[in-house]
Amino acid sequence: MRRNDRIAVEVRGLVKHYGETKALDGVDLEVREGTVLGVLGPNGAGKTTLVRCLSTLVRPDAGTAVVAGCDVLREPRRLRRAIGVTGQYASVDEKLSGRENLYMIGRLLDLSRRDARRRADELLERFSLTGAARRPAQEYSGGMRRRLDLAASMIGRPAVLYLDEPTTGLDPRTRNEVWDEVRHLVAEGATVLLTTQYMEEAEQLADELTVVDRGRVIAGGTVDELKTRVGGRTLVVRPDDPGRLDAMATAVRAAGLDASPGVRTLREEGELHVPVLSDLQLTAVVGLLGDRGFPLTHISTELPSLDEVFLAVTGRRPETDGTAAGPVPEEVAA
Amino acid sequence: MSAATRPAPAVPAALAPPSEGRISPRAGLRHIGALVRRNALQIRQDPELMADVVVMPIVFTLLFVYVFGGAISGKGNQQEYVNYLVPGLMAMMGMNIAMAVGTGINDDFRKGVMDRFRTLPIARSSVLVAKLVVEAGRMLIAISILLTVGFAIGLRIDTSVFGLLGAVGLSLLFGTSLMWIFMLMGLTMKNAQAVQGMGMLVLMPLQFGSSIFTPTETMPGWLETFTDLNPLSNLADAARGLINGGPVAGPVGMTLAWAAAITLVTAPLAISRFRRKT
Repeated sequence: MRRNDRIAVEVRGLVKHYGETKALDGVDLEVREGTVLGVLGPNGAGKTTLVRCLSTLVRPDAGTAVVAGCDVLREPRRLRRAIGVTGQYASVDEKLSGRENLYMIGRLLDLSRRDARRRADELLERFSLTGAARRPAQEYSGGMRRRLDLAASMIGRPAVLYLDEPTTGLDPRTRNEVWDEVRHLVAEGATVLLTTQYMEEAEQLADELTVVDRGRVIAGGTVDELKTRVGGRTLVVRPDDPGRLDAMATAVRAAGLDASPGVRTLREEGELHVPVLSDLQLTAVVGLLGDRGFPLTHISTELPSLDEVFLAVTGRRPETDGTAAGPVPEEVAA
Repeated sequence: MSAATRPAPAVPAALAPPSEGRISPRAGLRHIGALVRRNALQIRQDPELMADVVVMPIVFTLLFVYVFGGAISGKGNQQEYVNYLVPGLMAMMGMNIAMAVGTGINDDFRKGVMDRFRTLPIARSSVLVAKLVVEAGRMLIAISILLTVGFAIGLRIDTSVFGLLGAVGLSLLFGTSLMWIFMLMGLTMKNAQAVQGMGMLVLMPLQFGSSIFTPTETMPGWLETFTDLNPLSNLADAARGLINGGPVAGPVGMTLAWAAAITLVTAPLAISRFRRKT
């Protein structure tokens, strides 16, 4: 695995205004070679405009961007050989089969007929699409489509891959499949710029995070750094007898095991919510409850949601059309 | 693909272009070929896309010959009318099929695949050129079907096979020039339905206000002036001259002039419109 300090994507002061709307209002960011940068932000934060600028689909009003050694504005054609783009817009031809789509892109990338065919088959196999290779893409399920999109952006063995909300609208199982593929690509050394609205996705895939809002970068750092600012995870437990919630909360508080903003009881749901900062702390809370003889019927953890990250960073909730996800429950066996 | 075989992270050496911004003619042809193949595969997936090409020549020919032919050429003289109508319909096929360019390009732009193309290192115009090639191919098929039906109901070649080929070539050439108009419309208008609607509005008067279906002598003077200037009349007359004998130079010259004029005006507009959109 490639881990070094060479910069694969360097963006400085990128600006794109659409009339009054400041889609990008001076964005700076860097992605180190062989790493994944998660660009986290609500709908309308400018994530897609950023990716479109870096893919030569949109010309920025100001600023510079160098990707894989190519100046985005001055060397668009050279750049297009170095990048792969997967987003809800840069898609495949729905009328064509998966194989024909990949073959066509191979030919457009100047592969010989034989190489294009071989590369298409190789990627179909790898993305588990061999069985559906001859079916038109419009008959694919959501997950298959997204895998085909990924395969399509991999044909030219790009040095840098842009994934624009790769799992938005997918069910959890399909989302996991896409994540596995992305991890696979990263393990091979690809540099990835990933945009997402989900904290969980960022945590799963990204080495570093940049939080954007209204076209500006409002926070950055590693996933752990950001999570610490927000307050880590929330442990959710449900006792068999909801009447004991208060006693449990008192016990946790007395042992000093809850992180800021403190343990909470949710009477209606019959749940105790305990913020924790580490795995050790989480284990200690569960251990304490066991020792004190509180039988539990359910245990899960919740990651801080994008909303909570925002709240921690900006002191306000993101303005979205309401589609940004709430906390994503992460089952830990109960 | 292991880490060892992965190409260096900058630009894969095997793919590196000689210089920024230049695409060799061979690469250009390869890209156009791949995109033509895409359009052809779309048709295979959706054979109804060929309905206009297959059905129109058959229906129009039979309808006009047997419904109007008797009235125009006198009862029992339908045969005469076949040789009048079929060369005229060649002109019409081109125009109707050219309209599909507009709806097709409009559809493409509202789908994700166009953005995919734009992130690839190809000349953006290859998408347009591929479309023209495919539509010219569709025109050729429509004309072949038209001629087959024509021969089946008694079309005669009074000149030579070269005359026939000349008429086909001229129709294709003129049809291709019309594609630029529809391409411009497709790139300008909001959706494919609007292109279709507007297209019909332009097509109907041009097609029926011409010498395609009936000689223009019986028309009132003002209309005759219009039909005589109508490029479709010129093309229909040229095709008749080439197949049935009669004056050729005048109508062929007029048709070529029209094709050149249309292309010179609308092609640059369509291309610049396409560039701005991409």
